[in-house]
Amino acid sequence: MSDAKKKKLTPVQQEYHDFARQREPNRPLLLNSLRAFAVGGFICLVGQFVQDFFLWNFDFTEKTAGNPAVAVMILIAVVLTVSGVFDHIAQWAGAGTAVPVTGFANSIASAALEHRTEGFILGVGGNMFKLAGSVIVFGVVAAFVVALVRTVLSTLGGP
Amino acid sequence: METYIWAFVIGGLICVIGQLLMDVARLTPATTMTILVVAGAVADGLGLYEPLIDFAGAGASVPITSFGNALVHGALLEAKTYGLIGILTGIFEVTSAGISAAIVFGFLAALFFKPRG
Amino acid sequence: MLKGHQTWIFENRPVIAAAAAVGGPFEARGPLAADFDLLHGDLWAGQDSYEKAERKMLEEASRRAVDKAGLRKEDVQFFLSGDLGNQIIASSFAARSLGVPFFGLYGACSTAMEGLALGSLLVDSGAARYVLCATSSHNAATEKQYRYPTEYGSQRPPTAQWTVTGAAAAVVAATGDGPRVTAATIGRVVDMGMTDPFNMGGAMAPAAVDTIVAHFRDLNVCGGDYDLVATGDLGRVGHRIAADLLQKQGLAIPSFTDCGLLIYGPDHSMVMAGASGTACSAAVTYGHLLNRMKKGELRKVLIVATGALLSPLSYQQKESIPCIAHAVSIEYGGKE
Repeated sequence: MSDAKKKKLTPVQQEYHDFARQREPNRPLLLNSLRAFAVGGFICLVGQFVQDFFLWNFDFTEKTAGNPAVAVMILIAVVLTVSGVFDHIAQWAGAGTAVPVTGFANSIASAALEHRTEGFILGVGGNMFKLAGSVIVFGVVAAFVVALVRTVLSTLGGP
Repeated sequence: METYIWAFVIGGLICVIGQLLMDVARLTPATTMTILVVAGAVADGLGLYEPLIDFAGAGASVPITSFGNALVHGALLEAKTYGLIGILTGIFEVTSAGISAAIVFGFLAALFFKPRG
Repeated sequence: MLKGHQTWIFENRPVIAAAAAVGGPFEARGPLAADFDLLHGDLWAGQDSYEKAERKMLEEASRRAVDKAGLRKEDVQFFLSGDLGNQIIASSFAARSLGVPFFGLYGACSTAMEGLALGSLLVDSGAARYVLCATSSHNAATEKQYRYPTEYGSQRPPTAQWTVTGAAAAVVAATGDGPRVTAATIGRVVDMGMTDPFNMGGAMAPAAVDTIVAHFRDLNVCGGDYDLVATGDLGRVGHRIAADLLQKQGLAIPSFTDCGLLIYGPDHSMVMAGASGTACSAAVTYGHLLNRMKKGELRKVLIVATGALLSPLSYQQKESIPCIAHAVSIEYGGKE
């Protein structure tokens, strides 16, 4: 993908890109990955505890205990968002907070908070999915295609 | 006990994949999450995601990939009973908790709080 | 008077009669806090939206500058202002409350010097007795518009910059005591195909160099003729690139800094590569640098404000980032 972009650059521009790239601080990849691993793993661990809590103390089965667990994780993420700490944790943890469902919840809550000044209907309602929208749209479209393929294949006599 | 260890490890690894997409492939968070969701849907289509959840518990069900998995699950469940139309009617069935919670709590957040900047 | 290809020499040497700088909480914690006329403790300035807070700061800076010049706003012929908001609403709404005939400008973060250059031309040519040149920017409003909501957990890379929350204004007059605007070089748009909105410095550096080279060529001067040359907001990354590019052309500048590096201390973890925003070059110039000139520490400075002319939409449409830089030279050799 970056090659396609480079082909459209003139030689002078390409030379400048290389010049600038050499003077750009590199993203600390190893450090970021370690942090993402640690925080992401920890969040999933918390999710596991919450799930087990619902499993042991309420009438949920293994399959259904995931639902309230996810709701609790989302609530935690929203609370951290409104208290203004989520973005600081995320700066440190990167994908560790973004990839779990906490990232999804934060994207919705932060957009809702931000656009409150434009009113609840147009602002909050209209902008809430600014960041999460792509995830929902592509998740649904992908699921539709996958389910369609699976269903057609099984009707044609597959597994 | 073992589930806890694998929850941590698998969850952490999925996050590392996300980190690589953002830092190496230079993708935006939205693009990265979209890729992961689609990956989860495809993985479930291939029958690979449910075993991962059995093995790693929340390590597979908390990352956004499981959202894709749940969407496919809902669609396939309904399709079994109602045929092709079930794909459309069933997509959001399993993920209802997640989406509803996010919308409701996000709205309540905007109702009672201001951003800190 | 036109000199060379794109430079004006102001023969009548218009005076910066007064200037004022307003800042927010981050600026209050920085090393230049004492050079601000007014500092706010939070991003809201008592208003109910970030956009209104930015407008309020712009109004405050403008009124302060007019007061300090010993004038009333009715004495000012023209108000030149710009900011980063869509349709420059902070400036337009501030102009509404000021009631001074208004020129709305847009040069992204180069607007401050674009305004000072045009304002000085108006006064120098006798087209105005007093001109108010101002700009503003607001961290949260800018992030909301160009990038992500402020509470969103994205990981900003080390090349990212922090938009200044604040405003600054200067009153340019034909006569009086004070630093004098002696020349201005208007930049042209330079686009080196850079596309990363989290690396503005890398995108803007070529524009800064282009304007500096044009300035030196048109006036037949060099970097050593100035006590200080300051770019607006190239940040650590862009400033280094610009310095190296100038060195490569044999035009190294002995005293070369960047307003985005001066305004915040080194210990701010959110600042990354440095400060940016329309108010960055304005607040540092109209506050800190003019104060240093009045104390006699600097006699001749060149401010090269740099701007990235992208929009949130152009980026989504896979466009690269065109940039521009405007340079204004200010001298102060007299007594207070």
